[in-house]
Amino acid sequence: MESKKTPIYESHVALGGRIVEFAGYLMPVSFDGIIAEHGKVRTQVGLFDVSHMGEIEITGPDARAFTDYFVSNNVGKLAPGQICYTVACNEKGKVLDDLLVYKFSDERIMLVVNAVNTNKILEHVRHVKRGDIEIRNRTGQIGQIAVQGPNSLELLGAIDLCAPVRDRIGELRYYRFLTIDYGGSEVILSRTGYTGERGYEIYLPAGDAPGVWKELLEAGRDLGVAPIGLGARDTLRFEAGYCLYGHELDEATSPLEAGLSWVVKFKKDDYIGRSVLAAEKESGPSRRLIGLELKGRGIARQGYTVLEDGAGIGRVTSGTFAPTLGKSLAMALVSSAASPEEGDLAVEIRGKKVPAGVVPLPFYASRSSD
Amino acid sequence: MVPEECLYTKEHEWVFIDEDGVAVIGISEYAVGELGDIVYIELPEVGTQVKQMDPIGTIEAVKTVADLFSPLSGEIVEINDEAVGAPEIINKDPYEAGWFMKIKIVDKGELDVLFSHDEYQEFLGEQESENEDESSEEEEDQ
Repeated sequence: MESKKTPIYESHVALGGRIVEFAGYLMPVSFDGIIAEHGKVRTQVGLFDVSHMGEIEITGPDARAFTDYFVSNNVGKLAPGQICYTVACNEKGKVLDDLLVYKFSDERIMLVVNAVNTNKILEHVRHVKRGDIEIRNRTGQIGQIAVQGPNSLELLGAIDLCAPVRDRIGELRYYRFLTIDYGGSEVILSRTGYTGERGYEIYLPAGDAPGVWKELLEAGRDLGVAPIGLGARDTLRFEAGYCLYGHELDEATSPLEAGLSWVVKFKKDDYIGRSVLAAEKESGPSRRLIGLELKGRGIARQGYTVLEDGAGIGRVTSGTFAPTLGKSLAMALVSSAASPEEGDLAVEIRGKKVPAGVVPLPFYASRSSD
Repeated sequence: MVPEECLYTKEHEWVFIDEDGVAVIGISEYAVGELGDIVYIELPEVGTQVKQMDPIGTIEAVKTVADLFSPLSGEIVEINDEAVGAPEIINKDPYEAGWFMKIKIVDKGELDVLFSHDEYQEFLGEQESENEDESSEEEEDQ
């Protein structure tokens, strides 16, 4: 199958983006360099083409009840116009995907899933379908642009798309969304993101995405706007301590191990994986996610072994040089039986033991994010 | 160092023979572009004896890590402490401020296996087209 292009692809090529294949899409990994782009988002504002993300719409009288059966967080508690972060697990309580749930009403819900998992989740939703619902894959019809950084609010205020809601964007709270009638089409604007900075995400008809992208670049010139690639998207989410599917989360990992107990709710009706997760919570998860700072030179990359007093206690899930903090940091899943806070820690980097210490997650918390 | 006057390896290191006959080593503009932001380099200590095409160090970029190979045999006589301390200068200026180390070479005959600038450009062109072939194969697999 040929790699897919997002509706904004041509612009990325024109702007000199380095293109890589990711989750079946040709995506820009960087434009000016990861560190420079990372800094743009922390200090000014950056644009991300995240049109590869999957959008699955669940509609019908049982849409809310089905979604609550499918995910671990409590969708029933959401008000219309509210969003929650959650995981969807299999029967074994392991993570199939981490996703956002947008609740328009009890009869209309949108799931935003990772591009690598869109087809898997779509098949799974159809497989476990129950009640009176309809499932629609909207991924190909929807473009998605993330506008992230301290200047994001000001930038949105400057584009025509947002004119009808200009006075309401400033009051839009974290994990809330509003809809805009854009020439007869519905556009969703949410206060969400994956950078740890104040930011918004726009879901719009794929055909409108290139025009809005261009308008954002032009309107944001004085605000320091820049296009941002997947490379900086990863370093930004990493500093903010957000999980990335395929790294901190996969089908061998439970959400409780990955530090996501806050999205695993038990005061709700049955959902897939619930009984296993309840038992795991009772007995305590066998692994936990920790933050590490390397005290020597090098980068602890995914899969590298974490050692305590010379013995392996787990593995690195993500690691990089954190541009804002100027440190070599890592997240790692380690055995709950180990006590890395007390022991002598190291990460084995290509045969060399590089000393490390435990640091709290998230590594970075912005003052502009809430 | 003038890129046109350097010799090159398949691993994208450049070699410049200075007026004393000492080989100055760095990595090419192409290598820097492929790696992205470099955050650490690990080089052998001064006095180390190295052999041609031995892995002698590593280059850590934000996204990836690469081995550094010795383009020639000989003794490491100097390393660029500035590049070790501030690797971003390698990204900014790979042929001047961003040089890696100097090797006192033992066998000038080894220079014959290195690419000239023109040969290296040709090699890069071939690589690019190979990469394109690979990605089209990957596409067919999916």
